Amino acid sequence: MGRYVIRRLLQMVPVFIGSTFLIFFMVYALGDPVAALFGDKAPDPATAARIRQELYLDEPLWKQYGHYMGQILSGNFGTAFNGQPVTELMADAFPVTLRLTLVAILFEIVFGITLGVLSGLRRGRSADTTVLLLTLIVVSVPTFVSGYVLQYLFGVKWGIVSPSVSPEAPFDELMLPGIVLALTSLAYVTRLSRTSIAENSRADYVRTAVAKGLPRRRVVTRHLLRNSLIPVVTFIGTDIGALMGGAIVTERIFNIHGVGFQLYQGILRQNSPTVVGFVTILVIVFLLANLLVDLLYAVLDPRIRYA
Amino acid sequence: MTELAKSAKGPDAATATTAAAANNTAEPAPARITQWGEIRHRFMANKLAVVGLVLVTLLFIVAAAAPLIATHDPYAQNLANTLQEPSGDHWFGTDALGRDQFSRIIYGSRIAVIVGLASIFLACVIGCILGALSGYFGKAVDSVIMRIADIFFAFPLLIGAIVIILVMGRGVLPVIVSLAVFSWATVARLLRSSILSVREMDYVTAAKALGASTTRIITRHIMPNSIAAVMSYVSFSVGTAVVAEASLSFLGIGVSPEVPEWGNMISAGKDSLGVSDFLWVYPSSAIVLTVLGFVFVGDGLRDALDPKLR
Repeated sequence: MGRYVIRRLLQMVPVFIGSTFLIFFMVYALGDPVAALFGDKAPDPATAARIRQELYLDEPLWKQYGHYMGQILSGNFGTAFNGQPVTELMADAFPVTLRLTLVAILFEIVFGITLGVLSGLRRGRSADTTVLLLTLIVVSVPTFVSGYVLQYLFGVKWGIVSPSVSPEAPFDELMLPGIVLALTSLAYVTRLSRTSIAENSRADYVRTAVAKGLPRRRVVTRHLLRNSLIPVVTFIGTDIGALMGGAIVTERIFNIHGVGFQLYQGILRQNSPTVVGFVTILVIVFLLANLLVDLLYAVLDPRIRYA
Repeated sequence: MTELAKSAKGPDAATATTAAAANNTAEPAPARITQWGEIRHRFMANKLAVVGLVLVTLLFIVAAAAPLIATHDPYAQNLANTLQEPSGDHWFGTDALGRDQFSRIIYGSRIAVIVGLASIFLACVIGCILGALSGYFGKAVDSVIMRIADIFFAFPLLIGAIVIILVMGRGVLPVIVSLAVFSWATVARLLRSSILSVREMDYVTAAKALGASTTRIITRHIMPNSIAAVMSYVSFSVGTAVVAEASLSFLGIGVSPEVPEWGNMISAGKDSLGVSDFLWVYPSSAIVLTVLGFVFVGDGLRDALDPKLR
């Protein structure tokens, strides 16, 4: 187990370097950060040269990257456009988006898996067909459309929740945005668990369990569910990273000041430290979530052993 | 030989059928059920798939014949005639600049079709080449290509797309490129795993023993049999690409705002809420119907290609 984790962590290194270099390269290609600092005014050449040297901008790209990563590893992410350290922005933004993602993941697990199991057990019947059709419809509605509709109905028309989220973003205000963020993935989780359950319910071990006279509930929860959840867990694991990065639209609709909001601001204002810093953390989250999923396999399926 | 022709679906099987038909001109040959024929039959028996096919066909017709269908110039502003209710002249009303909503939605289908098809086509070309190389050669080639795919996979799509668009500037081409760059990795992975399972099949060994070149084995034997997994994904992802493209416009970084495009129109319609509450509903419905079409077709294709999954 320990050796497996170390091997996986080592495998993550090239992906981490590759993706951070990619974003560094793209942001670098965005334009001259020194000129951006001066806005519309032409910078004084001497000052510009001094700033360039201070920021290592006169070095070749790979050296700049090396220097930047060195800084990041020592916890220095640079300063944002308003002079605040990027780490401060992160400390404000990440907890908010993390809470939003948590709400979304919970919805996916609770509603997605339940619906998937129920329709998988009723394979081919009308309840199953209805759920399948509903998931396809949900997948076809863009987040910003479902976001507006739910915000209008629950927030404006019926006044059940506040239509926009306060800067503190407590859990109860994040319920509606969480559902909106989760919707598409929820549909995928439903389909995935439905297919998996439908396939496994014809397996020999299920027939054996039924023949042994085990109650149906026990067959489903202990035998069927445990064996069917692996693809679902994989999907949810990769979805954590996707949700955190994809929250940009949801955060825009509900005016949530999370990761998506800060990234958007950073990109529009061409502030490289903000963009590279936030994306770096998102990539780390994505990679760690995938590692976690691989380790969870062993818990779900004892046949999988990591030597 | 017939066994080989049967197992290698697609072009081989088709030529075998026509050859057989040509030989028996006097006596009509019994209609041979080809694998593709069977797939088509299963697809057409699926009601949702047919609905999807109709929606997609309609979309293509509307996009191709937009100038004939539109009742007004989609760019023509009329400030004396803003935010009109739907009427005989303006079927879906007018927007805040007095432009005809119906005509803008009709023309918006063009952007959706172009971006959806072109971006996924590009993603498929990159993904199929890299996935095929990776699956066929294995070892070092495989590790390198799959690590590169991991890098693109680890990126949030919208964030990566926004950065590329800012580098290239706004417009249709940057949107296409940015969506393709962050979609090819899935195609490559799908094709690779599908090839891994096909590679060990007897007919591939047979072709190898007959001395077929690597290129021939990949293009004539492995690809036709592995492409099934990619095909239904393609239809699904054209739908996702349409959504992603509209999301970029909605965020204000897709195509420029005066262009008739659904994401732009929803965003603009939202700004007119309170005066004209339902302006955003028309373009939203257009997107949902379009994506539904592609998703239904993708779903039907998957069931038709692999009935075991149903």
